[in-house]
Amino acid sequence: MIRIERRLEQPRWLAVAVPLGSLVAAFVVMTLVLLATHHPPGHTFWRLLVTGFGSTFALNSTFVSATPLLFTGLCAAVAFRMQLFNIGGEGQLYAGAILGAGAGIALGNHSGWLSVPAMIGAGVVGGAALALIPGVLRAYLSTNEIITSLMLNYAAALVIDYLIFDSLSYWRDTSTPSAKVFPQGKVLPDAASWPIAHLGGIELPFGFLVAIVLALFVWVLYSRTKFGFEVRVIGDSTRAASYAGMRTRRKILAVMALSGAIAGLGGASQDGDFRHTLDPRGLTAAGYGYAGIVVAALARYNPFAVCLIAFLLGGLQNAGYALQGADFPSGLVGVLQGLILFCALGGELLTRYRLTIDRRSRRAEAVT
Amino acid sequence: MAPAVELRNITKRFPGVVANDGVHFEAAEGEVHALLGENGAGKSTLSNILTGLYHPDDGQILLYGAAKVFGSPRDALDAGIGMVHQHFRLVPPFTVAENVILGDHRGEGKRFLVHPRHIERTVAELGKRYRIAVDPRARIWQLSLGEQQRVEILKALYRQARILILDEPTAVLTPQEAESLFETVRVMAEEGRTVIFISHKLHEVKAVSDRVTILRDGRTVATVDTASATQRSLAALMVGREVAAVERIVRERGIGDPVLEVDGLRAAGDRGVEAVKGVGLTVCAGEIVGIAGVAGNGQRELAETITGMRAPTAGQVSVAGRLLRGGDARAAIHAGVAHVPEDRLHTGVAPSLSIASNMVLKSYRGKRVARGPLLRLRAIRDHAVSLIHRYDVRGGGPEVPARQLSGGNLQKVVLAREFEDAPRVLLVASPTRGLDVAAIETVHRYIRQAAADGVGVLLISEDLDEILALADRIAVMYEGEIVAELDAGAASVEEIGLLMAGGSAE
Repeated sequence: MIRIERRLEQPRWLAVAVPLGSLVAAFVVMTLVLLATHHPPGHTFWRLLVTGFGSTFALNSTFVSATPLLFTGLCAAVAFRMQLFNIGGEGQLYAGAILGAGAGIALGNHSGWLSVPAMIGAGVVGGAALALIPGVLRAYLSTNEIITSLMLNYAAALVIDYLIFDSLSYWRDTSTPSAKVFPQGKVLPDAASWPIAHLGGIELPFGFLVAIVLALFVWVLYSRTKFGFEVRVIGDSTRAASYAGMRTRRKILAVMALSGAIAGLGGASQDGDFRHTLDPRGLTAAGYGYAGIVVAALARYNPFAVCLIAFLLGGLQNAGYALQGADFPSGLVGVLQGLILFCALGGELLTRYRLTIDRRSRRAEAVT
Repeated sequence: MAPAVELRNITKRFPGVVANDGVHFEAAEGEVHALLGENGAGKSTLSNILTGLYHPDDGQILLYGAAKVFGSPRDALDAGIGMVHQHFRLVPPFTVAENVILGDHRGEGKRFLVHPRHIERTVAELGKRYRIAVDPRARIWQLSLGEQQRVEILKALYRQARILILDEPTAVLTPQEAESLFETVRVMAEEGRTVIFISHKLHEVKAVSDRVTILRDGRTVATVDTASATQRSLAALMVGREVAAVERIVRERGIGDPVLEVDGLRAAGDRGVEAVKGVGLTVCAGEIVGIAGVAGNGQRELAETITGMRAPTAGQVSVAGRLLRGGDARAAIHAGVAHVPEDRLHTGVAPSLSIASNMVLKSYRGKRVARGPLLRLRAIRDHAVSLIHRYDVRGGGPEVPARQLSGGNLQKVVLAREFEDAPRVLLVASPTRGLDVAAIETVHRYIRQAAADGVGVLLISEDLDEILALADRIAVMYEGEIVAELDAGAASVEEIGLLMAGGSAE
């Protein structure tokens, strides 16, 4: 009988060996898939690499894809670290995008020094406010935050749709006759466009830099402060936390607010960095919030690893767009991306559990 | 006639412990046979073997004279063995009738379509016959614990169990409910069923059983006829250690002013039933007060209420004359209450965090290791290194996760941390459970040292030897109350054992 057992210790080499092994496994399976569909595996892998990371243009596109994943990945990592499963990054990102766009429109075309911080603030407030709903329910009524935060994603998606498609809201562009027929959001003024940092030929979105600073902040917060210490203890054993006199409820509220604020900031970054309007179709189709959960899981909730994984996944996504074409169906791109994620997450299981072959029960059966 | 159940030479080992060591047991048809023993004596292991949950390493199970081997609990069920666990195996949103047929793979429950009416009628009839009537259509969550237990018994009867094991069945019952349970047990025995009644309460064993088998440290001590035994003789057999081996050290120091005063304390247990029922206690500086009692009589809840982890429903706790805010663990810590909890691994430490982190689990807020919101990691590490050295914690440096330590070393980490902040009151619960002899010696030395330093120690333990060796005064706790307080020098093991089991002097 083969059993899955929890590992009592996690040797250090596993942290390196398992991801590498998963990647090898993914490439083996991908090779089989590609051979079966008559695509040259070597050439395909090479193109995957080049179109994701191999040129200035590729890198710039990768940063665009990676930025929202960085925010939502941090959002999930921050909460999951305390065993607080905020699945609502998606909705919190929408909330941040709504308030961020609202602030950008309201402040008009005066100065970026005014608009950009205001959008950041509005995004933070929007995301944190939405996340506090499941937070308060969890802290005071012990409601399962997975369900409440997940359900709020749908509520937030309906709200954002309503604002542009089903109403003449503040966000909707009604200036031209065609805009009345084909609903779209107001275009943000130039002052609400976030700056871009140029590094050689590489263009780094402002949101990307903000997210990197956030990752650093989260790392310091969780590894160097009293607050982070409490979060780690609560995440490990709530009984030990209550034994040590920690105020668990307050920490739940604070961590939910922080987690939501990060996702909301990601929403504002979508407005200011990339879309320059409130774009319900684009945001709901992208599913950044859910992808962020995958990023956080692969990064094992480490903020620096979140940066790395978001960058790699961004590149993979981006390479997917470049790869698909007449000779390479987009469905197959999805299969390849799925395989890499599947193997990576499956491998993750092996760092925490191990397979053992139970000889004892077999012997017992032999006796009978 | 062959006995209904016969266990020959049953041995079951777990890593580091022999839970059953050559146990012999037999019970006849139509007999109520009590299995008596302290916690850890091997009663649960034995019943798990009889119900097919564990496979014995050695020995034989015979039912009505025929050897049986149980590969799974289902084999045992099919052989006619039913068990009512201490923690019920019921599905709360289901009805009584649905729970009764759950897992039944031979009769009604096997069918694709079930006929609720029919099952309900059968359940109602069974209930009437055994005087354990429950509405078959009621949902489990609507029932009291006593009624839920009836459902468990009905479940076994429905499956035509001829041998019924009741594991500490009165633990969740009121005295009246217990009395009616005994009635049912007698009816079942009269019909020729065999009832194995697991308990550590002497008066129940006296009241309900025909014979008693006593287990101690995994071995069968004796099987006696209940009629010829007294509560006192049973207590002696159950506790019956070599009293002479108990080592009492008379400490030469004065006992100071009261440091811990508990008055009329009441608190609810995890299931909402009142677990601490008006406890009053005083512990003075330099004194060790032991609380003896069988596990589950409210000791854990008492400890948690005193240390602020559990909110009291009535009563008060004061430390050095100052009243503590109930249910506020931080207030208790600041008042100088140190706590070595029963569950070291999940309460005493955060198991995945490093030893260094666990050494500052309570003091991380203090100036020594924190500056503003920031932690001084270097100071935390140095602090851990020095404590590891002083308390001789072996098995890893400051960065090793606490869960990798052995029980004894883990306990040293907890003790080191709790002693470090110069407590006024030290509350220790089962401090040596699961430790080896050397580690026990060390832990006892630290507890004595604390008392010698003027700390008021409250020692809660199920191990009578430990209490006799350490305590100056002994309070006995039974069903949430302190039933007696004795001077340690004057107390006898038999007397305490009797009080622990709810017995009264005969």
